[in-house]
Amino acid sequence: MHSPALADPAPAGPVMIRPAQASPWPTRIVGGITFIALLWLCFSLITAGQAVTAVGVGVLGGLALYVYAVSKSVAWKYLFPGVTGMLLFIALPLLYTVQIGFTNYSSNNLLSQERARAYLLEQTQVDPASLTSYRLHAVDGGYRLLLEREGSALVSAVFKPGATAPLVMTAGEAPAGNALDVRALIPLRAVLQPLVLALPDGSTLRYAGLREFGQVTQLWTAEADGALRAADSGEIYRPNLTTGFFENSKGERIQPGFTVGIGFANYSRMLFDADFRGPFVSIFIWTVLFAGLTVLFSASLGMTLAVLLNWEALGYRTLYRTLLFLPYAVPGFISILVFKGLFNQNFGEINVILNALFGIRPAWFADPFLAKVMLITVNVWLGFPYFMVLCTGLIKAIPADLYEASALAGAGPLTNFFRITAPLIARPLTPLLIAAFAFNFNNFVLIALLTEGRPDFLNTKIPAGTNDILVSYTYRIAFTDSGQNFGLAAAISTIIFIMVAIMALMQLKFSHKEKR
Amino acid sequence: MPMVTGKQARWRVWAAHAFLWALIAITLFPLLAVLSISLRPGNFGAGSLIPTEISLDHWKLALGFSVTGPDGTVVPPPFPVLLWLWNSVKIALVSAFLIVALSATAAYAFARLPFRSKTSILNGMLLLQMFPVAVALVAIYAIFEGIGQQIPWLGVETHAGLIVAYLGGIGTHVWTIKGYFDTIPAEIEENAKVDGATHWQAFRHVLLPMAVPILVVVFVLAFIGIIIEYPVASVLLREEANLTLAVGSKFYLYDQKYLWGDFAAAAVLSGLPITLVFLAAQRWIVSGLTAGGVKE
Repeated sequence: MHSPALADPAPAGPVMIRPAQASPWPTRIVGGITFIALLWLCFSLITAGQAVTAVGVGVLGGLALYVYAVSKSVAWKYLFPGVTGMLLFIALPLLYTVQIGFTNYSSNNLLSQERARAYLLEQTQVDPASLTSYRLHAVDGGYRLLLEREGSALVSAVFKPGATAPLVMTAGEAPAGNALDVRALIPLRAVLQPLVLALPDGSTLRYAGLREFGQVTQLWTAEADGALRAADSGEIYRPNLTTGFFENSKGERIQPGFTVGIGFANYSRMLFDADFRGPFVSIFIWTVLFAGLTVLFSASLGMTLAVLLNWEALGYRTLYRTLLFLPYAVPGFISILVFKGLFNQNFGEINVILNALFGIRPAWFADPFLAKVMLITVNVWLGFPYFMVLCTGLIKAIPADLYEASALAGAGPLTNFFRITAPLIARPLTPLLIAAFAFNFNNFVLIALLTEGRPDFLNTKIPAGTNDILVSYTYRIAFTDSGQNFGLAAAISTIIFIMVAIMALMQLKFSHKEKR
Repeated sequence: MPMVTGKQARWRVWAAHAFLWALIAITLFPLLAVLSISLRPGNFGAGSLIPTEISLDHWKLALGFSVTGPDGTVVPPPFPVLLWLWNSVKIALVSAFLIVALSATAAYAFARLPFRSKTSILNGMLLLQMFPVAVALVAIYAIFEGIGQQIPWLGVETHAGLIVAYLGGIGTHVWTIKGYFDTIPAEIEENAKVDGATHWQAFRHVLLPMAVPILVVVFVLAFIGIIIEYPVASVLLREEANLTLAVGSKFYLYDQKYLWGDFAAAAVLSGLPITLVFLAAQRWIVSGLTAGGVKE
């Protein structure tokens, strides 16, 4: 127990003097107003039918209010915007995509079951025998409709736009004056479409076009248990929750289908469907080769150049360094499209030169192997300056006396490289090599712009390109070709993500070991 | 390093020079070819590398002027290249600035402020960035369509929406800036706090000015990354007037309508401002890219 007299006169460590506290009322007032505005926003979202969005906005707004107005922790005031951005635009799409991977969401099964049912219940057909042409007359106080039939014409009473009661049609004479021209009817469609005409024989006619009214019947009627009955055949179609279609007892389906959860079906298809697995495995192997060879060649070239440009006996090194760095400074999409033109088999400059020198015009885009060579060449062109700069920095950290000692021992440049340079820069370089591998594993832009994956495999059920990598193959399944299968694409991308995440964890482990 | 070298060394120097020049020729060949193609008349691929005739038609079309042919036909510019360039630069500038702001504040929290599970959150942010965006496009489109129904100027087909979509990609930038902050001793800010500064004032007036090099690096990297970004922009922007250059350039090269010469002029035009920004900040880039990987 310290007595005050023995207390340390000069406490160790920095003295933290808290500044005078600002008044809490401005914060409270602003916080209160924001809270009320947030409640109002959530309420209007709920009444607009967007319950999920309302919950999301409410949670986010509530958290923001808590962090900035209530909580004493300073750290989260700085972290909140950045972390929220990542959660909203990276984590949320990621989770949504993973969730899609467990469904059969595709262009054949696009809607929810309710919307598919609502769409089908709106489908109508017109009985051609009942089509009757009509004329519309504008009179004082509204319009009158005249149905032209053999024998007697039927006329309606005067009606105003927005009339909801069925118009009783009685035999009569045409009203005085000219009927409205078809062109004048076009803006009046909104008036004509809801009209129901009650004929003397009890039948009703509805709007069937700019020239005719006819009997319109629904194609489908709703049953009590959620099934649909076909109006013409009377067959019942029940919603099948495994396939996502309305099916009758014979198994026939009607379009549109709806999205259903199918569990791990997409994943087991990847593993067990032989037709799918064949190209999938080839594409996976090519992805690994592509990323690996790119990193190998661009790192080797970059390292060689870094060593070369570190050689004091060589002049004009700064000029060389600047010129060799230019590929990295030009935007990637420009360079890739430029190469697309240069490698053109008939007109590209590269084939012009090769033809002049060797008399050959390689089919860069048509032959699968040459396309792969082209891809790796372009990727190395794009990537070696990065490694050149990196290795330059790393080599500068190697003390010069090591080289002096080896020169005294009579070692040549190769020995210098393999015994001194390489081992010393391998350590810090490895995590960057892994990062470059992970980047090229998902290098969608290069494949999409240069070859789009083509030429295709000739014998696959789902179109697959011979030089597609996993990401571009997935994009193709999701967005191009027939059947746009978002569910399958999402499942593949989840697997890609897991693979790349493992690589990233390896990289983090390496750099953590490094820091020690 | 003074050393006695023999004749072999001189031969090696000459060989090195020859190798480097050959490599430079191969490396710069595409860029020079594009320049020559933009000056060559016609949109065909064939022709000599050093142009025998010079035609400025492609440049006129790229800059937005119509070209009158010798027989009197007027060719309007196929695509609004300058508008696309302006769109790209505008979106990239705003996004890069906001990304730097978000990353710097988050990095300050990671570097200086205590809170729980710091490493897990940082690692989590880095891992999240590994997800290939190209396949999350369905989700991104759905999210922005939903946002657009409530806030029209932030939805699909808007530049504001695209800028907001890019604000998620701050994981690696936070890591970079945090690494740099870690090399700045904390005592300087603590002295400021002793004098009565709040966290915000210490951050804004003490730490940020000292971290300008890394902030410039992150700004330029984010700027370049957004200018060349293709998947998200191609999904969120569809109208021709709204496109960025990355998305629009592809339209020059349809198999049926291969406007090679016009594309070459547009390519050179688009490369210029970006290269200028890059060269201006090159001093910081080279030191920033190698910082943190070297010593220790």
